[in-house]
Amino acid sequence: MDDLLREFLTETSESIAQIDVELVKLEQNPNNPELLSSIFRLVHTIKGTCGFLGLPRLEHLAHAGENVLGKFRDGELPVTPLAVSLILKSIDTIKTLLAVLEATQAEAPGNDEELIAELNAMAEGHLDHVATVSAPKEVHMDDAPVFPANVPDEHGFVPVPASETGKAQTASAPAPDAKKQEVKPMEELGTKESAVASQSIRVSVDQLENLMVIASELVLTRNQLMQILRSQKDSAFATPLQRLNHVTSELQEGVMKTRMQPIGNAWSKLPRVVRDLSLELGKKINLQMVGAETELDRQVLELIKDPLTHMVRNSADHGIEVPADRMQAGKQETGTILLNAYHEGGHIVIEVSDDGKGLAISRIKTKAVQSGLATEADLANMTDQQIMQFIFKPGFSTATKVTAVSGRGVGMDVVKTNIEKIGGTVDLQSTEGKGSRFLIKIPLTLAIVSALIVECAGERFAIPQICVVELVHASAHSEYHVERINNTPVLRLRNRLLPLVSLRRTLKLGEDKDSADTAFIVVIQVGSANFGIIVDRVFDTEEIVVKPVSPILRHIELFSGNTILGDGSVVMILDPNGVATRVGEIHAAESSAAKQNARQAQGRTDGKQSLLLFRACGAAPKAVPLSLVARLEEIDRKTVEYSDNKPVVQYRGKLMPLVSIDVDAKMAGEGTQPILVFSDQERSMGLIVDEIIDIVEDRINVDLSAQRPGFLGSAIVVGKATDVIDTGHYLAQAYQDWFGKEQEGAFGEDSLHRVLLVDDSPFFRNLLAPLLTVAGYTVTTADNAADALKLQEEGSVFDVIVSDIEMPGMNGFDFAAAVRREGGLWSGVPFIALSSHATPRDIERGRMVGFTDYVAKFNREALLATLQQTLSSVKVSA
Amino acid sequence: MTDNLPTKATNKLPAAVAEVASREFVTMFIAGQMFGIPVLQVQDVLGPQKITRVPLAPPEVAGSLNLRGRIVTAIDVRVRLGLPPRDGGKDMSIVADHGGEFYSLIVDQVGEVMSLPAADYEKNPSTLDERWREVSDGIYRLKDSLLIILDVQRLLRLEAAVAA
Repeated sequence: MDDLLREFLTETSESIAQIDVELVKLEQNPNNPELLSSIFRLVHTIKGTCGFLGLPRLEHLAHAGENVLGKFRDGELPVTPLAVSLILKSIDTIKTLLAVLEATQAEAPGNDEELIAELNAMAEGHLDHVATVSAPKEVHMDDAPVFPANVPDEHGFVPVPASETGKAQTASAPAPDAKKQEVKPMEELGTKESAVASQSIRVSVDQLENLMVIASELVLTRNQLMQILRSQKDSAFATPLQRLNHVTSELQEGVMKTRMQPIGNAWSKLPRVVRDLSLELGKKINLQMVGAETELDRQVLELIKDPLTHMVRNSADHGIEVPADRMQAGKQETGTILLNAYHEGGHIVIEVSDDGKGLAISRIKTKAVQSGLATEADLANMTDQQIMQFIFKPGFSTATKVTAVSGRGVGMDVVKTNIEKIGGTVDLQSTEGKGSRFLIKIPLTLAIVSALIVECAGERFAIPQICVVELVHASAHSEYHVERINNTPVLRLRNRLLPLVSLRRTLKLGEDKDSADTAFIVVIQVGSANFGIIVDRVFDTEEIVVKPVSPILRHIELFSGNTILGDGSVVMILDPNGVATRVGEIHAAESSAAKQNARQAQGRTDGKQSLLLFRACGAAPKAVPLSLVARLEEIDRKTVEYSDNKPVVQYRGKLMPLVSIDVDAKMAGEGTQPILVFSDQERSMGLIVDEIIDIVEDRINVDLSAQRPGFLGSAIVVGKATDVIDTGHYLAQAYQDWFGKEQEGAFGEDSLHRVLLVDDSPFFRNLLAPLLTVAGYTVTTADNAADALKLQEEGSVFDVIVSDIEMPGMNGFDFAAAVRREGGLWSGVPFIALSSHATPRDIERGRMVGFTDYVAKFNREALLATLQQTLSSVKVSA
Repeated sequence: MTDNLPTKATNKLPAAVAEVASREFVTMFIAGQMFGIPVLQVQDVLGPQKITRVPLAPPEVAGSLNLRGRIVTAIDVRVRLGLPPRDGGKDMSIVADHGGEFYSLIVDQVGEVMSLPAADYEKNPSTLDERWREVSDGIYRLKDSLLIILDVQRLLRLEAAVAA
């Protein structure tokens, strides 16, 4: 490409980026003459240069825009959002034209008569009707290829700081950075530039990279020399080496500076993005940017630009509410998105916060279960903070509707990956109704990081300082000591249990030393995961130059790179993310949910279920479907209290009733008592057992129907006669109203009847399915109406449908209506509705949409009776 | 960068011409067997080095070492060929360039540079052990011994790394 043209493209794209920013500012502050002049001059320059280079189409468009701006400047036209939109539209067209110019080196054919006519009409003052026509279109202009302000162009050039003004080639170019210059009449500008231009040069990025690499090597060599010097007293080299030390540091700093750019460069597009979004979404958003002058490495800047844009878009789209909602919530009509950047201990912290509605934990939970990332049991064990982390999972979006802006299910995971790729971390705080705050912490530069050097099994490793929270020295005699649960080390740290990872074991460097030994623990934080790494020794921190590992070692995810230390030896750099993944700290929830899913899927095909085997009240093993059990706990018998003569225990801030299978059993005074915790939404119940035996996968074939209350019957589980307990019986003991009145008995002998059970609560599905199975029905479950209808499409045949009414998505009424639709496979199938609260009006409505019968959800007896009745009446009529 | 180009080009030229008649190899010995590597791939010959072990690496990788500020991965050729570990004695290494990365190949002994005529070249005997055949690029018949040409690229194709 022609040098002149290349120069023009680089410069013009810079100018355009600036115009974007300044126009938005102007819109908010229409009477600022400085801004106006600056924009006017930039557009004028573009026009002038285009004329000079023989680009008539661009020139004409810029000229028309300049006319309007001229009228603004002279006060002949008011600055209105419509007018600004029109200018922005022409700027966008210019961008598109420039992109074509860059790709083909020729101006795109065609003309912009329509736009120019609009601009001229605006300039002449009869803008109103024209503007109303054009206004709705302009918000979509972001699709046009946009010139990033500070990305190197295809030739790898990047403006060095002062070089925004470096444009010796085009004599007519005034400095775009106009705020620093006095406003001058246009005629004078052409000749005033050479002095400014000669103060800066454009340097290719490669050259700077190269310099940086060499400086890094010099730093390493310096470190090595200093290490040698430390061991030699009174050396003649001492003084010159000190000098070398200082010079090297200064050189390193200087070279780093050439790569540093203010973070504001990465933000320059954001005001425009937010403005367009707020128009599109009908929201009022104020974007505040603090610390735009904070500098960071160009390479880092490039890498965080897209994630930042995405996060701001997210805040605008999901975070900030529409004005009406805000007023209702007692907030100001205008929402605020705050970008704040600052230095903190060798890192840069970027905050993206908004005062919008915050993250809805309940929606995240629902979505996590729906998408199979976690089970409800998993979620019950998680803190809100851990649940929020789901938004960083691939394919996760809680946006109820997919907008053009976000909610496409790609995004936050990519943001997180990109930030972690450059050794950064993302943290998230959110209060529902108050807003969210993302904290991004990234290293100042990628080339040199500060790392903690540790030793394990005689080998040294570097751990990036950014992830290290603290160091703990554990020994048998100190306050901290390593404890073990089934050989898994943990540490009590400030009243919490910190999972520990033995570096020795993780890296397969041999077996752990005796636990009595002292150990150093490096406490690591990666995202929301905290864990400790056990090492043998901790040295000091060192500035290291990260070098990529050799391709044949790149598959080892525990290392993010390697480096050469001051003493010349090579050490591997541990990747805390890799360690966390390896030990399952991060993906534990995910994988257990996945396993669960797999298991459930399997359960569907071969009828197998996970069963928890335990012993209580006699030697025969008892079994309960594992999916019904929320948690296994051990409680201290001393903590058992009695309320109304029934044992209760304080559990998670509430009183939980304890129920024993053997009514006469008394809890012996001391020691711990294993219990099975069943919970459904708010309520929990503890079932006292003697011993937990095992978890097995097997099919429940209840062979003998039980005569005793509390048992469903006996079954052969892994070759042994096992009593399958009736959870419902014990739940009812704990809460009289859990199911309504209890009565046990054997039901229906007709095993041919196929029942489709639709209920969104896995708890009730798992509870009713075995019950119905025992009563002799063949049960198929679906957790929502949509899935159930899918079964219809697939041609499954059922004798009766039992469905919940309150379900997310399609409710029971709509589901029934869909089933009853004429010609449907199931249109004649009896439909029994379950509901926790049946009012006469509900019942009436139910009959209207085609419910055959209506049963209160917790009344099992009634359900079974109704089923029998319904099916026999069908038989009779058939 | 650009300064290096002409010299590289002139270096290459005679080699290309010579290839017709003979090629030059750096020879080395492992467990008494003589091997050769094309001289143009060889960057350096080293004595015993301080090597940092790399945990979880494939068994063939002995570790990493610092070669004048460059991190070089060391491959134990004995392990790669399925031979028993060296019993005592100092090892030597040949540093080879592969795809811009340096690898240090640990062998028992490094020999000399030999120019070998193409007429003495033969393909691998079909009966050769598979592990050896995989990394051998052919055999030269010397007067009183046989020289196996090591194919560096295939030597570096480690199972664990490939599988990942």
